[in-house]
Amino acid sequence: MAGAAPYNDERAREIIAAHLGLEGPALPILHALQAEFGCVPESAVKEMASALNISRAEMHGVVTFYHDFHSAPHGRHALKICRAESCQSMGAEKLANEFLARHKLEWGQTTPDGSLTVDPVYCLGLCAHSPSALYDGEPIGMVDAETLDELVQEAKGK
Amino acid sequence: MTKIYIPLDMAAVAMGADRLAAAVAKEAAARGQQVEIVRNGSRGMLWLEPLIEVETPAGRVGYGPAKVKDVASLFDAGFLAGGAHPLNIGVVDEHPWMKKQNRVTFVRCGVIDPVSVADYEAHGGFVGLKKAFEVGSSAIVEEVTKSGLRGRGGAGFPTGIKWKTVADCAPGQKYVVVNADEGDSGTFADRMIMEGDPLSLIEGMIICGYAIGGSKGYVYLRSEYPICATVFQAAIDAARAAGWLGQNIKGSGFDFDVELRVGAGAYVCGEETSLLESLEGKRGIVRAKPPLPAHVGLFGKPTVVNNVLSMATIPMIMEKGAQHYADLGVGRSRGTMPLQIAGNVKYGGLFETDFGVPLGEIVNDIAGGTRTGRPVKAVQVGGPLGAYLPQSLFDLPFDYEAFAAKDSLIGHGGLVLFDDTVDMAWMARFGMEFCAIESCGKCTPCRIGSTRGVETIDKIRKGQDVEKNIELLKDLCHTMKFGSLCALGGFAPYPVESALRHFPEDFRKPALEAAE
Repeated sequence: MAGAAPYNDERAREIIAAHLGLEGPALPILHALQAEFGCVPESAVKEMASALNISRAEMHGVVTFYHDFHSAPHGRHALKICRAESCQSMGAEKLANEFLARHKLEWGQTTPDGSLTVDPVYCLGLCAHSPSALYDGEPIGMVDAETLDELVQEAKGK
Repeated sequence: MTKIYIPLDMAAVAMGADRLAAAVAKEAAARGQQVEIVRNGSRGMLWLEPLIEVETPAGRVGYGPAKVKDVASLFDAGFLAGGAHPLNIGVVDEHPWMKKQNRVTFVRCGVIDPVSVADYEAHGGFVGLKKAFEVGSSAIVEEVTKSGLRGRGGAGFPTGIKWKTVADCAPGQKYVVVNADEGDSGTFADRMIMEGDPLSLIEGMIICGYAIGGSKGYVYLRSEYPICATVFQAAIDAARAAGWLGQNIKGSGFDFDVELRVGAGAYVCGEETSLLESLEGKRGIVRAKPPLPAHVGLFGKPTVVNNVLSMATIPMIMEKGAQHYADLGVGRSRGTMPLQIAGNVKYGGLFETDFGVPLGEIVNDIAGGTRTGRPVKAVQVGGPLGAYLPQSLFDLPFDYEAFAAKDSLIGHGGLVLFDDTVDMAWMARFGMEFCAIESCGKCTPCRIGSTRGVETIDKIRKGQDVEKNIELLKDLCHTMKFGSLCALGGFAPYPVESALRHFPEDFRKPALEAAE
């Protein structure tokens, strides 16, 4: 993600400590770590396990269960294309497959220049405006091939 | 000063509402016009988004779908006084699509400023809570039970009975948990109410907490709804600042607070026990029931887990009385259902109506058929775990039992329309693929069955031993239905079986080609 800071243990410990007053703090901590560093690296998992007093294996299990968290940084920008049923009713599968082929990408991959990561998403709740997508948190309804290609260019520029 | 409403709803923003609001503000300033722009929720006529509403003496006049390029012409046409313009849809409340509805849960959605406590109270907000404080715990539970309200998340379990179970547990720490992990494709009602009238959900949670003797509420929201998270957090902050959350709420002696938690992209966390595990900071693995969450819930404490819509309907039930709600609907499906009409649809949106409307009326009259203009082939009702229904079942009334009798479910009230170009064997395969991606992995029928389902449907689509593999697929569906721990594996066969039953020709295409 754009603007992510490089990882360091000290900052990670601060973020973890700031959430320890919560009941069941793991998910809020993981979100905060990923917002800061753009990912949740193995060393952060180690810090969390120690702070929450659970085994590293258990902590690793939690992080890897959720689609949102990743251990290495993704591209500077994130594009999520919906492939759930509603979007499929308006041709999302073809739209996405052709888009990926055009840019020589597979789901979950990042463009070679590191500017954009493309992931599938299963429903954005924009089902009356299918097909839909999410670009860096900004929703796009009735998305088409042209708009998707523009986003690739836009990501490159920043 | 003219009041203008431009939605902050995620669907409206996806169609350009933020850019539109900025353009309207800029144009007004350039023309020296005094305007106040309120970012409201959506009225639910999503095909008209972004819908600008202007307050006039005749009522709120709507213009939509409005683009940035329309702004200058709207000002030229005198839209601030409700002037004529090609985008003018007249007074919004008089629009036929709105007039045909019975808005109960969504009565304020799109009408008020979502994060204004004053606006909420001016539209009947917190009346139900005040009444709840007067009548006390057991009377609240009785009222909710008598209303006939059933869980709107999909299972349709009577809300009052759930509350009574938790209220009857020994005093101590108890929790109110709201399931806002609205992952079903074709549904967006939870999102809309949390963006358009979030205080109704907060009020419902306070009433629930008071009824069961709990002081803490959590809302578990999916991460795919970033705007919803921002709006709902602002509503929590506003409620707390106004004294509706926190200690000794409005002098009642009752303490209650709400915390928003954001999920992390796991569909299965919409299952209540998996949601509780996730809230506790664990993997979202389903728990075996019993014990029920009502007895052993969050952190092992008695917990009410309700869907957003169920909880947001509670204030109205307390305000107007159980009978008012119970008088609506049919059979054991009482009250109203906010239908979410989606997919390949002409008039997509949120349409709240009493239970009992025939499916065909929803598809053809309310939704206006498909956006592509082609005939409707199938409607999937109830999300990725819901059945695909053909035209021959369009006389089915929208209620829990009628749908169950036809091996289908109404789920969370989402309807996705497909035109005649859809390949139902592919959709069946996708259903299994989705289950394989999202399975929590705890039970074998779901974890392994979904992958075997994908493989078997691939064989069928290739024309390999078609009849034998269809039999195998049916057998697999039976195992998943009755052997899975939760509704993910248990209901994933519904779309597959319904596709097989109602659209058999789609599974025999290669075989037919070979025979020709």
